[in-house]
Amino acid sequence: MFTSFFYLLRARGVPVSLDEWMTLMEALKQGLHGMTLMGFYSTCRAVLVKSEARYDDFDGAFLEFFGEIAKNTRELPPELLEWLNGPELEALDHLEQFQRLMEQNGLSMEEVLKRFEERLKDQDAEHNGGSKWIGRDGFSPFGNNGRRLGGIRVGGQSRNRSAFLVASERRFRDFRQDNTLDICQFQMAFRRLRQLSVQAEPDRTELDVDATIRETGGNAGRLKVVYQRPRKNSIKVLLLMDSGGSMDYYAGLCSQLFQAAERSNTFRDLKVYYFHNCIYERLHLEPTLFDIGEDTESVLSNLDSEYRVIVVGDAMMAPEELYYPKYDWRARRYGKQAGIEYLEQLKNRYPHIIWLNPQPKAELHSYWATTYDELAKIFDMYDLTVDGLERGIERLLVRY
Amino acid sequence: MMKHTFRGTETYVASQELQEAVNIALALGKPLLIKGEPGIGKTVLAQAIAESMGRPLITWSVKSTTKAQDGLYVYDVVQRLYDSQFGEAVDDIAKYIKLGKLGEAFQSEEQTVLLIDEVDKADLEFPNDLLWELDRMEFYVPETKETVKAKQRPVVIITSNAEKELPDAFLRRCIFHYIQFPDAQQMEEIIRVHLGEVDQILLSQVIEAFYWLRSLRRLEKRPSTSELIDWVRALILGGIAPERITSELPFLGVVLKKEKDVRLVREKLR
Repeated sequence: MFTSFFYLLRARGVPVSLDEWMTLMEALKQGLHGMTLMGFYSTCRAVLVKSEARYDDFDGAFLEFFGEIAKNTRELPPELLEWLNGPELEALDHLEQFQRLMEQNGLSMEEVLKRFEERLKDQDAEHNGGSKWIGRDGFSPFGNNGRRLGGIRVGGQSRNRSAFLVASERRFRDFRQDNTLDICQFQMAFRRLRQLSVQAEPDRTELDVDATIRETGGNAGRLKVVYQRPRKNSIKVLLLMDSGGSMDYYAGLCSQLFQAAERSNTFRDLKVYYFHNCIYERLHLEPTLFDIGEDTESVLSNLDSEYRVIVVGDAMMAPEELYYPKYDWRARRYGKQAGIEYLEQLKNRYPHIIWLNPQPKAELHSYWATTYDELAKIFDMYDLTVDGLERGIERLLVRY
Repeated sequence: MMKHTFRGTETYVASQELQEAVNIALALGKPLLIKGEPGIGKTVLAQAIAESMGRPLITWSVKSTTKAQDGLYVYDVVQRLYDSQFGEAVDDIAKYIKLGKLGEAFQSEEQTVLLIDEVDKADLEFPNDLLWELDRMEFYVPETKETVKAKQRPVVIITSNAEKELPDAFLRRCIFHYIQFPDAQQMEEIIRVHLGEVDQILLSQVIEAFYWLRSLRRLEKRPSTSELIDWVRALILGGIAPERITSELPFLGVVLKKEKDVRLVREKLR
């Protein structure tokens, strides 16, 4: 029954492990919740949740599970009290047995928990393992009603607030990982984009132990220290960003991504070009697109196929922008190829290429969604969020 | 053993949730991992805990080049080699073993508070390399065939600025707390703790201006508690009339550390 809170947390995206669950049992056994619901809430959170990005998921799950009984109370509801004093904490010992079993027989955690739960059911028919605390048959909530463990409560402002209120404020919604966040987090993701190799350029600054021993031996035992070159990231990145028009709305987000890429000076090379809506004959160096820019084909031939390419754009355009050559107002003629041909050229040139999209897919059958679908067929498309970037970077590291 | 209960100190205001997290970590003997914006008082928390427990604080500041080994011990093999060149006796290897901060905490006769500051600065493997030592509170020195074991289990506080994600195996062993940015009311309390009695009108004006600054989404670096305290101090020393604060934002450079941010705010003010 309480074990189902564990499952609920995992189902709601809080990655709780068996170790942590047992730590919680230990904490509850020691009475660290101080017999208040608020204390119970913070104990659960401190032990089970290891990232502020998951606080909101935890709040949600806590409400879902305990909301009904906890709504109007600050003290521990009798149901919870009974459980805290009840047999299930003793079941902890069973859990320990099961963990040993797991180690001996190489069972997965899921299997162990399944068995654990079955054991609980056998042992006590009250536990029926629903996802909510209340509404379970046969459970007598008021068996312990006479007991009131007041008086242990300690002062302090938030102690007097109900855990329900605290959880229902959902103060940590902003920290959710699927929200688009700040530069720092983009930077973190970019750091994963690395492939270490020994470089030719930097000075020899690392002590080469093996060579030192060899040389010292060869030097009749007189110390001769040998240094070697450190290993450096060999990844080169080409960032192509859509600018202007419908992308103006995402200018702030794109500039964050740009700054993060710029600041993570771990890449061997970073090239950034801008385009409007779709890639045509010229790529621009300025986001304003006022500069004359560089010839797309010469950019492609100058940058070898080892470059990791990240295209940023909303992939929403009028179909003719994709399928027909663009009229060049400067040169007063149509371009050589349609946008889609340039994009396919790009895709063929660079095996490591992803498309980051700041905009969720448009409504089905929308006029603008047709190009989105078409481009998603050519490119692996990810959302321009921290999660999306991380998944995209994983994709950039492997060769297909 | 008497359990210590942490309630903050005279100079450190801890929210109820933070106090509970600290006490859970103390009771379970697990490392406490603290995250939060830069300048919110993560490092000061360790000092406050040490102070309230009356224990010495050992600080291990992690840098990008720090290795887990550095915290345990360093075997100065080069020194030993050099010494051997000049015919000095080098048989006593222990002479060349220097304990790091973790080793120091283990060796201490009385219980210590060990702060591992900014754990995320180091390489991704760094926290994993410390798992065993933090779990068992001991490590083995192969060179001397000795085991350094904690005489008194130190209280371990770890801070992180979320520059890197920490490995799951490491997180599982920690008690975690994210220090949320204080609200206006808590902020007043914090300022009073640091600066004593401050003119109420001045205080409410500063806080209003401060939270307005923080609400600007385009700031590159949002000001934090430590900047606010400096600001209030500067305003008091400068004898600025409270009514000028929200309209002119005097000494803005104390709060905002980036030229671009200062310019942005000045434009908004006009």
